[in-house]
Amino acid sequence: MSLSPEEIAAVRLSVRVAFWAVVASLPVGIAIAVVLARGRFWGKTLLEGLVYLPLVLPPVVTGYVLLILFGRRGVLGPFLAEYLGIVFAFRWTGAALACAVMGFPLLVRSVRLSVEAVDRKLEDAASTLGASRAWVFATVILPLVLPGILAGAVLAFARSLGEFGATITFVSNIPGETQTLPSALYTFTQVPGGDAGALRLSLIAIAVSLLALLAAEVLGRRIARRLEGA
Amino acid sequence: MSLDVSITHRLGAFTLDVAFHGASGLTALFGPSGSGKTTLVNIIAGLVHPERGRVVVDDEVLVDTARGTFVRPHRRRIGYVFQEARLFPHLTVRQNLLYGRWFTRREARTTRPEPVIDLLGLGSLLDRRPGRLSGGEKQRVALGRAWLASPRLLLMDEPLSSLDVGRKEEILPYIERLRDESRIPIVYVSHSLAEVARLATQVVMLADGAVRAVGSVESVLTGVDASAILEARVAGHDVAVGLTTLESRAGVLRLPQITLPVGSTVRVRIRAQDVLLAVRAPEGLSARNVLPAVVTEVGLKSDPVADVRLDVGGATLLAQITRETVHALGIEPGRRVYAIIKAVAFDRSGLGPGAAMSGPAGDIVDV
Repeated sequence: MSLSPEEIAAVRLSVRVAFWAVVASLPVGIAIAVVLARGRFWGKTLLEGLVYLPLVLPPVVTGYVLLILFGRRGVLGPFLAEYLGIVFAFRWTGAALACAVMGFPLLVRSVRLSVEAVDRKLEDAASTLGASRAWVFATVILPLVLPGILAGAVLAFARSLGEFGATITFVSNIPGETQTLPSALYTFTQVPGGDAGALRLSLIAIAVSLLALLAAEVLGRRIARRLEGA
Repeated sequence: MSLDVSITHRLGAFTLDVAFHGASGLTALFGPSGSGKTTLVNIIAGLVHPERGRVVVDDEVLVDTARGTFVRPHRRRIGYVFQEARLFPHLTVRQNLLYGRWFTRREARTTRPEPVIDLLGLGSLLDRRPGRLSGGEKQRVALGRAWLASPRLLLMDEPLSSLDVGRKEEILPYIERLRDESRIPIVYVSHSLAEVARLATQVVMLADGAVRAVGSVESVLTGVDASAILEARVAGHDVAVGLTTLESRAGVLRLPQITLPVGSTVRVRIRAQDVLLAVRAPEGLSARNVLPAVVTEVGLKSDPVADVRLDVGGATLLAQITRETVHALGIEPGRRVYAIIKAVAFDRSGLGPGAAMSGPAGDIVDV
């Protein structure tokens, strides 16, 4: 079973897109998870809804909203391109943005649950020992929610690898630039005689996803062992 | 050092309305569960905002609701040993111990890790994580962790209540060492008479959110739980017969040998039900302790038992006898009597600093 250069490009692009989608959304995701877990403020429910929206919205809608916001003639697109030099439309960065948005709810949910599981009494103890809020976060909360962050990152990564609807709507299906693994797979199913290619890509998708889950499981167990105080 | 607290804080059904002054040594906040003790120390630590009032430590105003002053907990330099040790599970014992020290400015550090680790016997535990420690070990680490943050005041909220009896005995000497060697004033919350009688320099008694009594251990705790607390000094040990002689204001007391050196101070708890009364000097009696006393009060509240308060050389003793005996012997205020205490009646748990009886103890003498 050998892959065509196009297929290899699609796989590599998918991994790159998923990787950057997760890396870029991690800091924001952790911050919002902490705010949702610990904050009490007006509009919390609204923020919650906004974060979880991509989970229930048809992906095509999410992609279309991204197009309206970040497209070449979108609301924010021209501004970002002119002042920050960031262009999303029809670029791999756009695919990463779409994947980040789609994976965001999974990331936030996982981190939030583990922040809520941190015993606040430990935070009180740290503060009586002289740790300011920022230090309590860095030395107590962050290490204790590490398993949750890891689990969330893996979920978001896996979701990004499989993201199709929002990506294809937002940045189309350009080989070498925005043609991720699912897009390439879709293309194969649209042409006569593409069955073998589709099967190959499916097997690769299964393998990559499985690998990611296994790696997370192993790492997670190691961290959990450390946190249980053994 | 001085601690001045005066606060009002609504707490569900009742209101905590407390004012007290704490000095050096160990100030015990003593009272039944639900009397607001924990809330009070949480307010001192800064973990709870009081509705109204002031908290002042060493002339520094930490809380003053009238002026809107509230110093955040991490700036107070007040150590806290919680009921459950609350060690950081992801850090080793060593990292836990040094956690607070790391946040203490170099000039403000009053302790070094090595002596504290030695004194608390933590040397062999340093590389372990809290998950692998026993309850007693955890609490010792928690003591060390609070101490090494160089606090100017140390709060302890029932630090022994989550431990079984054996573990309590294991930790008590360490708390005594901390009290005596650190010179850090301690506010110690407890509902255990034995603990307070053993550890406290001063007692603040709380009930239903209010201060009921403040003063020395003898004065506040005598009468609580139908027993008297007596300060005494170890005068000598008679190894041949296994007895220790104590000197107190009430006179000389003999009890089964204890392991304290001659000259050390102990607090003895004498239960009212263990004290007999005689109107004439008894002869041919097996009891070792016969003390001349004057009846000061006869309480006839709880039928058929009468609570008799005695003045014994300036100290107070309590005796529980039946009402029938009160009439038969003519026990009334002003009457001269003899208080008789069996040597084995002394309460082991109430014996002060580091004391442990070597012989059997705790027999109940019925009247």
